[in-house]
Amino acid sequence: MSNPDQSAVLLDIRNLFVKLPKGAERTHAVEDISCALNRNEILCVVGESGSGKSITARAIMGLLPAPHVMVDQGDIHFNGENLTTVKESRMREIRGGEISMIFQEPMTALNPVMTIGNQIDEVIRFHTKIKKKHRRQQALDLISSVHLPDPQHVIRAYPHELSGGQRQRAMIAMALAMEPKILIADEPTTALDVTTQAQILKLIKELQVDHDTGVLFITHDFGVVADIADRVAVMQHGKIVEIGKTSQVLNNPQHPYTQGLMRAVPSLTPPAVRDISDNEELSVNKLTKTYKSGGSWFGLGAKERIVHATDEVSIRLHKGETLGVVGESGSGKSTLARCIVRLINAEEGEILYKGVDLRPLNRKQMRPYRSKIQMVFQDPFASLNPRSKVGRIIADGPRILGVASTEADKRAKEMLELVGLDERAFDRFPHEFSGGQRQRIGIARALALDPEILVADEPVSALDVSIQAQILQLLADIRERLQLSMIFITHDLRVAAQVCDRIAVMKLGKIVEAGPTSTLFANAEHAYTRELLNAVPGRDWHPQRSETL
Amino acid sequence: MTFWQLYRRNRSAVIGLTILLTVIVMAACASIIFPEDPFRLVGKPMSPPGENGFLLGSDTLGRDVASGIAHGARTSLMIGALATAVAVLLGAVLGGLAGYYGGWTDDILMRVTEMFQTIPSFIFAILIVAIMKPSIQSIVIAIAVVSWPAVARLVRGEFISLRNREFIQACHSVGMGDIRIMMAEILPNCLSPIIVAGSLMVATAILIESGLSFLGLGDPNIISWGFQIGAGRTVLRSAWWVCTFPGVAILLTVLAINLVGEGLNDALNPRLRERT
Repeated sequence: MSNPDQSAVLLDIRNLFVKLPKGAERTHAVEDISCALNRNEILCVVGESGSGKSITARAIMGLLPAPHVMVDQGDIHFNGENLTTVKESRMREIRGGEISMIFQEPMTALNPVMTIGNQIDEVIRFHTKIKKKHRRQQALDLISSVHLPDPQHVIRAYPHELSGGQRQRAMIAMALAMEPKILIADEPTTALDVTTQAQILKLIKELQVDHDTGVLFITHDFGVVADIADRVAVMQHGKIVEIGKTSQVLNNPQHPYTQGLMRAVPSLTPPAVRDISDNEELSVNKLTKTYKSGGSWFGLGAKERIVHATDEVSIRLHKGETLGVVGESGSGKSTLARCIVRLINAEEGEILYKGVDLRPLNRKQMRPYRSKIQMVFQDPFASLNPRSKVGRIIADGPRILGVASTEADKRAKEMLELVGLDERAFDRFPHEFSGGQRQRIGIARALALDPEILVADEPVSALDVSIQAQILQLLADIRERLQLSMIFITHDLRVAAQVCDRIAVMKLGKIVEAGPTSTLFANAEHAYTRELLNAVPGRDWHPQRSETL
Repeated sequence: MTFWQLYRRNRSAVIGLTILLTVIVMAACASIIFPEDPFRLVGKPMSPPGENGFLLGSDTLGRDVASGIAHGARTSLMIGALATAVAVLLGAVLGGLAGYYGGWTDDILMRVTEMFQTIPSFIFAILIVAIMKPSIQSIVIAIAVVSWPAVARLVRGEFISLRNREFIQACHSVGMGDIRIMMAEILPNCLSPIIVAGSLMVATAILIESGLSFLGLGDPNIISWGFQIGAGRTVLRSAWWVCTFPGVAILLTVLAINLVGEGLNDALNPRLRERT
């Protein structure tokens, strides 16, 4: 890494304030931020949602949704120019030319009706006077520089024809078209699978070194920071609370907020093994669910496509055990969860609960078993009816089972207390609560039916890291107290390491490996499991625990 | 923010509401201000506005135009509201069933809906009224029959997008029944677009009713704005006021309802709030 001296400063943000419209949570999205980005350096901006990290990026690009949100005070110096006062026409030259940006969701950031080639060509066309023939060659070179296979094919492809990782590579190719001095990456790997994420991070690092680019990398994931950052700025409530060298901030954080965040990052080392009984609570045998699409009448039109969402999946769950099901998107782990709670009907196989096969039961026959297996959903914003009061959401379950209304309300209040919410939450609407609180409500709803098995489908992946730690703690407490068995679906191996007694790894609808967590982490047998473990961001960095200090 | 504060931000919607309230008050007080039957011949025919004691003139037979407008407002508003209520009810039930169950139910219900949509709505309404006897009931039925497919499509779309949401899945996983999920969980979440579509439909219903009455297919015993225009169209050059004032009444009412609908849309659909 080059030694950052004064002349190497590319971007200098001084006392930046970005004001929010009236009636917002706070007056400023960003308050008195000062930091500098040097040549040939990756500066990570980390923070939880709402900390103002994306707004900072947008302020640099001049992409704030004015007049609602705009720079209030302060300067952004870039190459002797002040980006807060520069003319819009000049800003257009800078954007994409000297500073470019990649976004979180490549599917929405790329135009779905234009080929990748045309979109890259646009960037070059707007910024230079190069002839068409040469532009095409340049686009091909760019595509191969981001290691996309078969550039001749990619240049003619539309965004939907590429995978998520390939789309993000195409976005990076576009961003690098004009050899910008600064690349701003706003959570570029958050929407990607862990193995793809590792590849994209490697690519960004490689390109940054090759081109001497300064990269401003926005993320919420300390693992990613540990992997790629040279320096880190930690943001909270629109302020930078700590900034410094990566090793220093990660291993010896000074600010209490940073220290708290570090403690909240789940460790990859599994905790001590718990005693689990040998009584089988649930066993799933050769469960198969296929999706058919594209078929048409009389065999005309598109050919029928058959996807095996779960392909002869067998798992066993013991009394009081937490079984983790891990895998990347499309591996069928959510389908498996939904088949077990009978939201989806599987075609073949058995779901044995206390000797009864639940799979072939119809809705009426299923009713007595519904309460025994309950589900916690992923998205705390979508899983609660916005028009129902919290009390009703929780009490509805018992009421349907025939519990008297007053009794059900009493039960709902008990559940609220159990998940650590105030009883007053009973008469309020879901939108009055934060994401973490809503997830608590979701858990309370599941627990109100007194279940024996809890199926949790990515219950913490939509939450910030500190909230995530609280919810995991809550689940662990409840599991002990109510002797629950749990199936825990996740894509995050760090979370799985902390929560699960045993882990089953899924790939393309099949379980490729299953075993006790510590054995699996120490000694993975299947190549895919090893690949997953290697791709976990920041696997070589072990956050210092307060317990071990 | 309260609903009224949200609504008030759209100034033209407030103007629309004011006009609409005026029309409603006029309709409610019609028999107090004009106790006479609006069909009665009360003075010199073809009197211009302001003469012979006629505020807005009299028509070819000496009927009071102002009285006709006040009493006609009742007809228009009543038919508009009634026909819309029937159409929304029918559309919501069929659209909801189609959207919730999908598959064959959806296919059959939607093909039926499309069959209704293939016939131009006004001609279809004329046809229905002509087959049945022209009366309030037949007009309401005709307007409802031509209006429900739009509601059905809207509600179906909303149900489809809501039925796979996680909170509905949560209802399934506690064993809630279909009817309860549809009525208590999904329906409250798509009330806003239904209210907006319904309010705009009242305006269309008033226009269709006026059109039918203009063509002489209205209820012969009840005065309406369309009937007044129809009666005065032959004397448009010599007695402009006979057609003009009922026409202005229709224009203002329909405009007001559209503005109110637009205002409701802005206030109820949070995604559009950012537009201004």
